[in-house]
Amino acid sequence: MSATLEKGVRVLKEVIDAPIASYFSSCVHCGICAEACLFYTETGDPKYTPIHKLEPMRRLYEQEYTLLGRLKKMVGLSKPVTDAELGEWQELVYNSCTLCGRCSAVCPVGNDIVYMVRKMREGMSASGNAPDGIKGAANRTVTIGSPMGVKLPAVKAQMKHVEEDYGIPIPLDAEGAEYMVMLSSMEIINFPEYLGAIAKIMQQAGKTWTLCSTAFEATNAGMQIGNSDLARVIVSRIVEGAERLKVKCVISPECGHAYTALRWEGANLVGRPFTFEVKHIIEVLGEFQQQGLLKTEGMETDRLTFHDPCQLARRGGVIQQQRNLMNQVAANFVEMPDAGFMNWCCGGGGGASAIEEGEELRLEAFKKKKSQLDAVKPDRLVTACANCRIVLEEGLEHYQMDIPVVGLTEMIAEHIPEKGA
Amino acid sequence: MNEMQFLTWVRGPGLDLAVSIFLLGVVWRLVEIYSLGRKKDLAAPRNVPGASGWHTVFRRSIPPEGMVKRSPVSYIGGYVFHIGLAIIVFLFVPHILFIQSVTGLSWPGLPSQFIDLVTVVTLAAMVVVLVDRINKPVKRYLSTFQDWFTWALTFLPILTGWMAVQHLLLPYTTMLALHILSVELLLVFLPFTKLFHAFTVFGSRWYNGKVNGHKGVPV
Repeated sequence: MSATLEKGVRVLKEVIDAPIASYFSSCVHCGICAEACLFYTETGDPKYTPIHKLEPMRRLYEQEYTLLGRLKKMVGLSKPVTDAELGEWQELVYNSCTLCGRCSAVCPVGNDIVYMVRKMREGMSASGNAPDGIKGAANRTVTIGSPMGVKLPAVKAQMKHVEEDYGIPIPLDAEGAEYMVMLSSMEIINFPEYLGAIAKIMQQAGKTWTLCSTAFEATNAGMQIGNSDLARVIVSRIVEGAERLKVKCVISPECGHAYTALRWEGANLVGRPFTFEVKHIIEVLGEFQQQGLLKTEGMETDRLTFHDPCQLARRGGVIQQQRNLMNQVAANFVEMPDAGFMNWCCGGGGGASAIEEGEELRLEAFKKKKSQLDAVKPDRLVTACANCRIVLEEGLEHYQMDIPVVGLTEMIAEHIPEKGA
Repeated sequence: MNEMQFLTWVRGPGLDLAVSIFLLGVVWRLVEIYSLGRKKDLAAPRNVPGASGWHTVFRRSIPPEGMVKRSPVSYIGGYVFHIGLAIIVFLFVPHILFIQSVTGLSWPGLPSQFIDLVTVVTLAAMVVVLVDRINKPVKRYLSTFQDWFTWALTFLPILTGWMAVQHLLLPYTTMLALHILSVELLLVFLPFTKLFHAFTVFGSRWYNGKVNGHKGVPV
């Protein structure tokens, strides 16, 4: 065990950079970050205060990178980071943090706390203290190809179904296509409508697109667990696929972390800028809408609201597009309190939904979403992240709220007139 | 040592020592922190107006929507005592005269009755903030010895300065010497405690604004 702790400590030392040193030096223990975290607001337990989730890393920073801390360590006055402590912190760094980034948006001294949690997970993972649920998902992604164990034949079967249902061919490995479309396992298994929606939208827009046989899975549990080596393997597949097919743009599916992994972490993981663009499907739809390539007919008339996935909005900068798209097809679109940049997380992002033992806490934290929904009482809830969607459905069921959850891309596609009809 | 000797010491060697430790400490800490550097971000940036390090340095001085309601004492108490402190330190005429004697720089001050008022309000705000730290579960949970110690380090110079001006409790000379001594203690500890946020707050906000600004997110 000591060997892995050693590795964890080494990794933690490596990831501490000037921003982290500055953040730890700036914290005044005001506790305002707690007020932004749904795991604190819904439980009232101060241990869920975001900055506290980093305590072992802060001590290590002090002991290794500050003069006084080094002196204290030399004379034996400092408490070393232990394996047991990191084990105890697992709940704080994973189960009760979805990397939603609300804390980073409110800290008065400007600390980017979620940036630090992401880095702390590197040390947790290297020391063997990551939760089994995400570990399993990460390993399956590397060995099998997807976190849910989906392989190419399953994708091909899905393609065939969609081709039959929609009468539109689904291109696979089409070299030189403008867009390479990525999927998440969740979509392959639970939400097959997504692929059909893409086919309809692309056909109407007159764009060339393709799936890739060597890179169809966009989710990256390696990033969620905090293992950059695994995350790099997963991202590299996509980079190789995109470069082999010479596509201009890779489209991240309705999945928040897939987008962050590919759009913001991808180039840094592989160590060079991409030769292609990365866009979230909502960004692409927003562009089609602006260019007049997205023509829809009819409107949804029931009361709809939109749940902003954290990684798309606050962490990804895509906020207005989904609203413009909603307005194109929804006559009765209402916003929840705090919608947009400061929307509250579903409670299961950042890999948290893969942690079985975190379920109870997750449902407790869902009370925040419940209160947002209670404020506007929608008939249906629209979102643009398959993981949010599953977590929302679980929470809604638990609290016996009869609100169906739909994906925005599919809803848009339903309003695209049948070709030749 | 009688009170005059005490005053002479704190004004002379004591001050020199404290200011030296402060200046060296600040430079050391800044180098220690910022020389760690950071990796270049290789992701293609998304440029959005208002999303940059500098924007966040300023924007973070204003509470995000709804947050004052959630933590009123931290925000209101925090504003009052920070602004009060700045007014007392930089706009009380004897302080300006002192700064002039050391640096040659001078600017107009505020009437001493006004400074009196500001001082009382600042002291009161600090007491309220302290009570909040004791009462509020999150703040109490986060608090370590340093939080109580740095509160005292900040409170004592204001209290002793006010008491000296008001001729309370102790002879003026003694109280003035205690005031200067308390300021010296504050200077000595500032670089090595959370009080150093007075410097790093700008770097922290800038990094946060820069990292998120790269993604086109104004934070």
